[in-house]
Amino acid sequence: MTMRVNLAYHRWRKLKSGIMSVVSFASAVLVVAPLGFVLFYLIKVGAGAVDWRFFTQLPKPVGEVGGGMANAIVGTLVLLGLASLIGVPVGVLGGVYLSEYGGEKVNWWIRFGADILNGVPSIVWGIVAYALVVIPMKGFSAYAGGVALGFMMIPLIMRTTEEVLLLVPNGYREAALALGVPRWKVIVLIVMKTAVKGIVTGVLLAAARIAGETAPLLFTAFGNRFWTHKLSDPIAVLPLQIFTYAISPYDDWHRQAWAGALVLILMVLAINVGVRFLTRERFSGAER
Amino acid sequence: MTPNLLEKQREDRGERSHRSLNLGGALAAQTTPERPAEAGAANKSAQVAFLVNHLNAWFHQLEALSNVTLQIPATAVTAIIGPSGCGKSTFLRCLNRMHELVRGARLEGEIRLFGENIYGPQVDATLVRRRVGMVFQKSNPFPTMTIAENVTVGLRLNGIRHRALLAERVEKALQMAALWEEVKDRLDKPGLSLSGGQQQRLCIARALAVQPDVLLMDEPASALDPIATMKIEELIQQLKKEYTIVIVTHNMQQAARCSDYTAFFYMGRLIELDRTEKMFTNPGNKQTEDYVTGRFG
Repeated sequence: MTMRVNLAYHRWRKLKSGIMSVVSFASAVLVVAPLGFVLFYLIKVGAGAVDWRFFTQLPKPVGEVGGGMANAIVGTLVLLGLASLIGVPVGVLGGVYLSEYGGEKVNWWIRFGADILNGVPSIVWGIVAYALVVIPMKGFSAYAGGVALGFMMIPLIMRTTEEVLLLVPNGYREAALALGVPRWKVIVLIVMKTAVKGIVTGVLLAAARIAGETAPLLFTAFGNRFWTHKLSDPIAVLPLQIFTYAISPYDDWHRQAWAGALVLILMVLAINVGVRFLTRERFSGAER
Repeated sequence: MTPNLLEKQREDRGERSHRSLNLGGALAAQTTPERPAEAGAANKSAQVAFLVNHLNAWFHQLEALSNVTLQIPATAVTAIIGPSGCGKSTFLRCLNRMHELVRGARLEGEIRLFGENIYGPQVDATLVRRRVGMVFQKSNPFPTMTIAENVTVGLRLNGIRHRALLAERVEKALQMAALWEEVKDRLDKPGLSLSGGQQQRLCIARALAVQPDVLLMDEPASALDPIATMKIEELIQQLKKEYTIVIVTHNMQQAARCSDYTAFFYMGRLIELDRTEKMFTNPGNKQTEDYVTGRFG
C-alpha cells in the first residue's frame, strides 16, 4: 500500500515544506544580521580612532585634534559600581523574598510592579533620580547617575534571582530544614549557593543592560570633560560622551564617537561572553 | 527551653552525655484509637518515643489527619501503611514539625517526644528537627557538596567547626549507613557522583551525623531497585538497635519484612496499630484485613 502515493500531491507538499524552511531560516538570519552589521560598521569606522591615547587621555579642548575618553571609560565603570551597590542587594533580596517567603497575593503584586518597572522608559528613571538626588544635592553628580541606573537594575535582578531560586528543587530545602538548620541558613547556604551561578548571571546581564543607558544620565551624571575626583561632582560616561561628540560639528569628535560606541559595545559583548562562560556547564542545581 | 533540648545543644558541641533513654527491648504497645494513650506517664516515656494525642492536621480547609492517637515505641521500627492520600506522609511530617512548613498547613493536638511536648510554646522547631532526622523518598544530596560535606552539613551549618570531630562523624555516620567501604577513598567527590541507592544511603548518613533520637523515613526505597532496596532494609535492621525508626511505605511486603510494629492509616484516620506479625496475620480490624490481603488500596 505504501507505494501508492499521489505523486503530484507529494511534490507540492515537499515544495511547501522547502519554502517554509527557507523563510524561517531567512528570519533567523535577519535576527542575527543587525549584530553583524553593527559590529562590522563600528569596527570599520571606529577602529581607526581606538588607540592607546583613546584609553589614556582626557578629551582635548575644542579645536584641538586628538585626546581620548579615559575619563568616560572609568566613569562608566564607576557608575556601574554605584548602581550595583543599590541594584544588587535590593534586587537579590527582593528575589529571595519572592521565591522563599512571599505569599501568593503579595508576590503577584510585586511581580506585576517589577514587570511594569522593567517597562518604564529609562528617561523617567533620570527624572526620578533628578528629583531624589540632584535637587536636594543642588547639582549633578555621579551619585545621581548611580541612583538612576541602580533603580533600573532592581527589577531586572529581582526577577532573574527569583527565577533561578525557584529552579532549586524543594527537596534540598526540606532536606536541610529536616537537619535542624535554621531557615535563613538554608536559604543562604543551600538554596542561594546552589543557584549562585544563575544569580551572578542575572546581575551581569542587568549590568550589561544598563551600561549603554544614556537617557537617565542626561540630567543626573551630566558628563564631564575632566577627571571626577568626588562622587558628588558630575561624571563622564561613555554613552553621554558619544552623544555629545556625535551631535558636534567636528570630524575628529565624530571619529571618537564611533570609537566610543565600539568600546561600549565590546564591553557589553565581553559581559555577555562572560555570562556564557559562567553558564557553560548547566547549574548543577537545575539538572534534577 | 526544656532540659532535653539543652542537652541536645551540649551534645552538639561534642560533649555527648549519656542519653537517658532505655535501649532495651521495645514494649508491646497495643494502642488502638479506642484506647487513648496516657499522656505524661513517666514510666512509659522511657520506652515510648512518640506519644501522639488527638492529632488533627489540615491543608487549608482539607483535613488530612483526624483525631490520631497512638504511641510509637523507642528503638524499634514502626511502619506506617495505607493507600495514597491516607495521611501517612502528613503524619510523618507532623513528627518533626515539617508539616507546618507547607503554606496553609496547620495542626491541633499533642505530640510528645520522650515525654516532651514538641509543639510546646517554648520549643524551637529547628531543635526538634535535629532530634528527629528525616530521609525522603527522592534522594537529595546537596549538589554543591562533596560526599564528606554532605554528611557533615547538618553539623557545619549549626556552627561546628572542629575538624577532628567532623572527620570522626563522617566515618561513623557513613559506617552506620553501610556506605563507608564504598566511598572511603573518594570522600571529596561530589555527592551526586554516587548511584541512586548510594545517594539514598548518603542521605541516611547525613541524617545520622547530627545524632538524632529518631529517624523518619518517607518511602526511602520506593525509587530504588530491588538490590538497593534490600540494602536499605538491612540497614534499617542495624539502625533499630540504636534508633527509633518510623517508616512510611507503600510496599506491604517491606512493612512485613522490616518493621516491628505497623500502623494502618485510612482516610486520615488511624485504623489500627499493632505488632507487625499480628497486623499481617490476624488483624483486629476488618479494614486492615482487607487492605493487607490486597482486597483494596
